[in-house]
Amino acid sequence: MKNGVLTFSSMPSLYSTGVTAGPLEKKKSVFAEQFDKVYEDERCDLPTNEHGHKQLMYDAVMIALSKEKKTIDKIDFFLTGDLVNQMTPSSFTAHELGIPYIGMFAACATSVSSMITAALLADAEQARWLIAGSSSQHNAIERQFRYPLEYGSQKGATCQWTVTAAGAVLIGQHKEGNPSICCATVGKVVDMGMTDPLNMGAAMAPAAMETLSCHLKGHKKTIDDYDTIITGDLGSNGFKIFKALANESGLSHTKNFRDAGEEFYGNDPSFNAGASGSGCSAAVFLSDVYKKLQKREYKRVLLIATGALLSPLTYQQGDSIPCIAHAIEVTMDGVSVN
Amino acid sequence: MEQEKYAHLEKELSPKTPILKNVIKAFLVGGLICLIGQFIALFYITYFDFTERTASNPTVATMIFISMLLTGFGLYKKISQFGGAGASVPITGFGNAVVSSAIEHKSEGYVLGVGGNMFKLAGSVILFGVFSAFIVALIKTILVKFGVVSW
Amino acid sequence: MISIYITSFIVGGLICVIGQLLMDVAKLTPAHTLCSLVVAGSILDGFGLYEPLIDFAGAGATIPITSFGNALTHGALAEAEKHGLIGVVTGMFEVTSSGISAAIIFGLIGALLFTSKGNV
Repeated sequence: MKNGVLTFSSMPSLYSTGVTAGPLEKKKSVFAEQFDKVYEDERCDLPTNEHGHKQLMYDAVMIALSKEKKTIDKIDFFLTGDLVNQMTPSSFTAHELGIPYIGMFAACATSVSSMITAALLADAEQARWLIAGSSSQHNAIERQFRYPLEYGSQKGATCQWTVTAAGAVLIGQHKEGNPSICCATVGKVVDMGMTDPLNMGAAMAPAAMETLSCHLKGHKKTIDDYDTIITGDLGSNGFKIFKALANESGLSHTKNFRDAGEEFYGNDPSFNAGASGSGCSAAVFLSDVYKKLQKREYKRVLLIATGALLSPLTYQQGDSIPCIAHAIEVTMDGVSVN
Repeated sequence: MEQEKYAHLEKELSPKTPILKNVIKAFLVGGLICLIGQFIALFYITYFDFTERTASNPTVATMIFISMLLTGFGLYKKISQFGGAGASVPITGFGNAVVSSAIEHKSEGYVLGVGGNMFKLAGSVILFGVFSAFIVALIKTILVKFGVVSW
Repeated sequence: MISIYITSFIVGGLICVIGQLLMDVAKLTPAHTLCSLVVAGSILDGFGLYEPLIDFAGAGATIPITSFGNALTHGALAEAEKHGLIGVVTGMFEVTSSGISAAIIFGLIGALLFTSKGNV
C-alpha cells in the first residue's frame, strides 16, 4: 500500500527556473527582487486578461529554458495548469510552445502536482527534459471565481488576494550539485465541511496537515529533518490554523514552517490574509526557496502546495469546499536518506 | 479530526468580523450618500420643474451616473471596501453592480458580453423587487375588493 | 428645511446599518442582503408605511434600494386602484422606470468608456 507516498530513486534534478509577475506584485511583493521578469501592465500589454495570463506562463517557460540554454525542441513534456475555466491559458501556452503537454489541475496545488508528475516521468526514464509549473492572473481568476473587478464588495480579514504570477521549472535527470527531488506525497482530498469561499485558508489547512503527516510517516521523517516546511497559500489565517493542527497532532514545534501566501505581500493589511492563486506557490518555491537551496542556505525542504477544489457552481449549490495538498521534498544532499 | 471539532477550532482561531466598526462605517458612508442625494434633489427642485415628490426620479438617475464614473475609475470598490453595506445598499451600489458587470464582460463583445451579463448581479434585485411588488399589490387589491382594507 | 438633511443622513445611514447587520451577523451574501431589503421596502409600502418615511427623510428613504421595492409596489397599487387586478401588472414600472433605464444606459456607456483595472 503506497498511500500516495512516492520515492524517486534516480532523484531528478531541478536545472533552472523562470518566474514572472504582474505590476502589483512588482510594487508590493517582498519577493519582487527575485522574480525574473515583471510587467508594467496587468495584461502584459495584450487585449485581454486571459492573453496576459498566457503570456506570463509563456515567458516564465522561455526564461527557464534560456538560463540553461535549452531550446523548445529538446523538451519532452510540458506539465502545467491554472484556474481559468478549462485551463485555456495553460493550453494556449502549450500550443504556442509546441511541447507535448499534459494539463494538470489541482487548483493552487498545481505547482507541486506538476513537479511530482514531472519527477515520475523523469524517474521512469520516459523523458530527458521536462517543464513543470503553474500560473495565475488576478483579473482573469477574480472575475471567474468572485465578482467583476470593479464590483464593490467588502472583503473580510480572511480573504486572500489572487496573485498575478507564473513559475516554470526545468526538470531533468539527476545532476550533482543541483536541487533534486528525492520523494513526494500525493495528497487525498480532505473536506472538513468549511463552506466560506472567502476563508479558503481554513478550508485548506486540514488538507495540508493530512499530507504533512502522511509524508512524515510514509518517509519516516521528522520535521527537524527539514530546513523549512513551506506551504503554498494558506494565508495568515489558514497558516495559523495549520500550526495549531500541527501542535495538536503532536509535532513539537513549528518554527521552521513558512507559508508562501502569508509572506507574499509582506503582511500588507490591504491584502487581508495574504496571497493565493496557483501562481503564488510556484513563484515563491521557484524563486526564494530555489535560490536558498542553490546557495545552500537550505539543504532539505518540503514544499506543500494546497488547493481548494471548489467552483462558483459547487459553492452556489451549497457544497462544502474539498481541498487537496501535495508535498514534494527537494534536497541538496547527494544521496537520499531513504 | 471530526468536522465538528474542526469547525470549533476554526471558529476560535479565525479573526472575528469587527461588526461594530463595520456598522459605524456603513452608517457614515450610507448616510453621506443619501445626503448627497438630498442635495441633488434640492438642485432639481430649485432649477427644474420638479416637486419634492417627483425629484427622486432624476436624483436616482444622477446618482447612478456618478456611480458609473466612480466604478469606471476604480474608486467604487474602495468606497465599498470601507463602507460595506453603506456603499452597496444605496442605489449607487445597484449602479455599481450593473456598470461593473458591463465593463467586465466587454471583452466578450457588446451583445454576448455586455448585454448578456449586465444584470448578472443586479438581476436578482429586479426579480425579487418586481415579484414581491406583484404579491403585495395583489393581496392588497383583493383585500380592498372584499372590503377588508381601504386604499 | 435643514432638518431634512439631518433626517436623510440618519435614516439612510440606518437602512445601510440594517444591510450591514444582514451581511455580518446573518452572514448573507451582498445579493441576498439587497434582495431582502427590496422585499422589505415592498412589504412596507403594502402597509402604507414607506411613503411617510419618504416625507420624513427625503433622499434618506429614496436612495437606499428599499425604495425600489416601494416604488414598484406603489406603481402597481396606484394602477390597481384605477383598473382593478390588471393594474397590478401594468402599473409596476409606472413610478420607478428611472433607476433601471439609467442603469442600462450608463452601464453601456460605462462599458464603452472604461476597462476594469482591478488593482489595490
